[in-house]
Amino acid sequence: MELFFQLVITGIVIGSIYALLALGFTLIYKATDVVNFAQGELLLVGAYICLHTTVTYNVPFIAAFFLTLVFTFLMGFCIEKIFLRRMIGEPIISIIMLTIGLSSVLRAIVTIIWGTDTLTFPEVFSQAPIVVFGLSISQVYIYSIFAVAIFLGLFTIFFKKSKVGVAMRAVASDQQAALSMGIDVKRIFALSWAIAAVVSAVGGIFLANINGVNTSLSHFGLKVFPVVILGGLDSIIGAIVGGLIIGILENLAGGYIDPLIGGGAKELFPFVIMIVVLMIKPYGLFGTVEVEKV
Amino acid sequence: MLNVNNIEVVYNDVILVLKGLSLHVEEGQVVALLGSNGAGKSTTLKAVSGLLRPDDGEITDGDITFMGERIDRKDAADIVKSGIFQVMEGRRVFKDLTVEENLIAGAYTQKSSTIKTNIDRVYHYFPRLQERRNQVAGYMSGGEQQMLAIGRALMASPRMVLMDEPSLGLSPLLVKEIFSIIKMMNEEEKTTILLVEQNANMALSASHYGYIMENGRIVLDGPSSELKENDDVKEFYLGVTGQKSFREVKHYRRRKRWLS
Ligand SMILES: Nc1ncnc2c1ncn2[C@@H]1O[C@H](COP(=O)(O)OP(=O)(O)O)[C@@H](O)[C@H]1O
Ligand SMILES: [Mg+2]
Repeated sequence: MELFFQLVITGIVIGSIYALLALGFTLIYKATDVVNFAQGELLLVGAYICLHTTVTYNVPFIAAFFLTLVFTFLMGFCIEKIFLRRMIGEPIISIIMLTIGLSSVLRAIVTIIWGTDTLTFPEVFSQAPIVVFGLSISQVYIYSIFAVAIFLGLFTIFFKKSKVGVAMRAVASDQQAALSMGIDVKRIFALSWAIAAVVSAVGGIFLANINGVNTSLSHFGLKVFPVVILGGLDSIIGAIVGGLIIGILENLAGGYIDPLIGGGAKELFPFVIMIVVLMIKPYGLFGTVEVEKV
Repeated sequence: MLNVNNIEVVYNDVILVLKGLSLHVEEGQVVALLGSNGAGKSTTLKAVSGLLRPDDGEITDGDITFMGERIDRKDAADIVKSGIFQVMEGRRVFKDLTVEENLIAGAYTQKSSTIKTNIDRVYHYFPRLQERRNQVAGYMSGGEQQMLAIGRALMASPRMVLMDEPSLGLSPLLVKEIFSIIKMMNEEEKTTILLVEQNANMALSASHYGYIMENGRIVLDGPSSELKENDDVKEFYLGVTGQKSFREVKHYRRRKRWLS
């Protein structure tokens, strides 16, 4: 039973990071119709930047964390302006190719600068586990869950209450109508990329604190697909539910099935779920068929 | 206030839809733009508000000025900031946003501090929107959606509103309500209105001046009270029978004029 709870807790930590990634992915997809295959590389860059700032320049972790957010915000903004802006109106397949190209380029840049060895943060969070209900949980897990929850909460408020957040959803809903009320659609596109890069970086930084960083961390980007298929593209709640379900199930699979078959189940599981869900409900479990009324 | 000067609009680089269209809107007035389906009314409004680009349309000739300033090269956001707001055909509410979020989106160009008072003003005019403030807009009736679309325009405190067929698909009772709202906006809010309508009778009753367009051009214009009495208009737009095309009538009218 102890194993079960440990696996579930790890699943929640990883799943909450999936939720962040899914939020970024959904944001770009809904606002700009771009399927972003470089989501995992945004995470990777964020993790390396924060690690580099902390280790090389001896900046305190908290400061490095926020500096990284500023940097990745600008990076996301520029990626949209430089690469995706001129692709507006081009065939979807070309745009997908562009984001795949972008993912390779980002990964290559990271490899050139930081190499392929796994790098680790200095001890940011105390190694001493905290014992909750007889389960010992490492501190970084707890910080990670709280940080992710705070970010998701902030974004929920931003999208519900702020003028710009509402405008972003308006653009996702009807671009021309949004334009008719003076909403600067191009700015919103760039902002979507900027926010997607920021949330990915947050995920990347915590993953790096848990396991260290190397380029394989970018594989997390692909997990976004089962998560959004499960949670739908409509809401932050969907992303959270989808993220947690995938995170928990893949860890359980890793803990119980992998020892029997010698590995692989953990990696495979999310995509099996994705395929099954797609066959039963093409809009995702929590996705809605568009509201339609004249 | 608004001068549209001999404009040509082309879609997809080849389809010429407006062929030298001119019109003028005086400050404080309601001006009706009438014409049958496909005449180019929506295109005219989108040319003014800068919304042609998403439809792959372009102004290829002529110019448009608003308050003495050229706006035909400006983008949509700047045109809204200069005071023109279009209520698009088909209402175009953000279906998965709530009523209040739709209103907030309408206030995008306004200072955040004014949003609250503007929302209250809209609710004052449309109590029904207040009752449904947290409801998702897509589930509202057509009339409520139209009110929301107009409320969204009020949120931007525009000097001039372009309305594209606000009465389309509404019951006679609601049509009356929409027209009384238009009158209210014009008289109480001092908003100048360019009104596109198929319902010529109502539109001419509610407006000061009218333009009638066909096939990308203005074919007739005058004070609305006179247009209402004009025999050709009566015959073709006010439902007093009609088999001949308007062009023939125009031709016939010209001949008449030439004879007299
Ligand atoms: N996006 C578009 N691309 C090509 N042609 C268009 C487009 N929009 C409108 N048209 C054409 O322009 C003409 C005028 O359309 P429109 O301005 O919508 O007329 P109205 O509003 O008077 O019914 C029609 O013949 C229509 O087919
Ligand atoms: Mg039209």
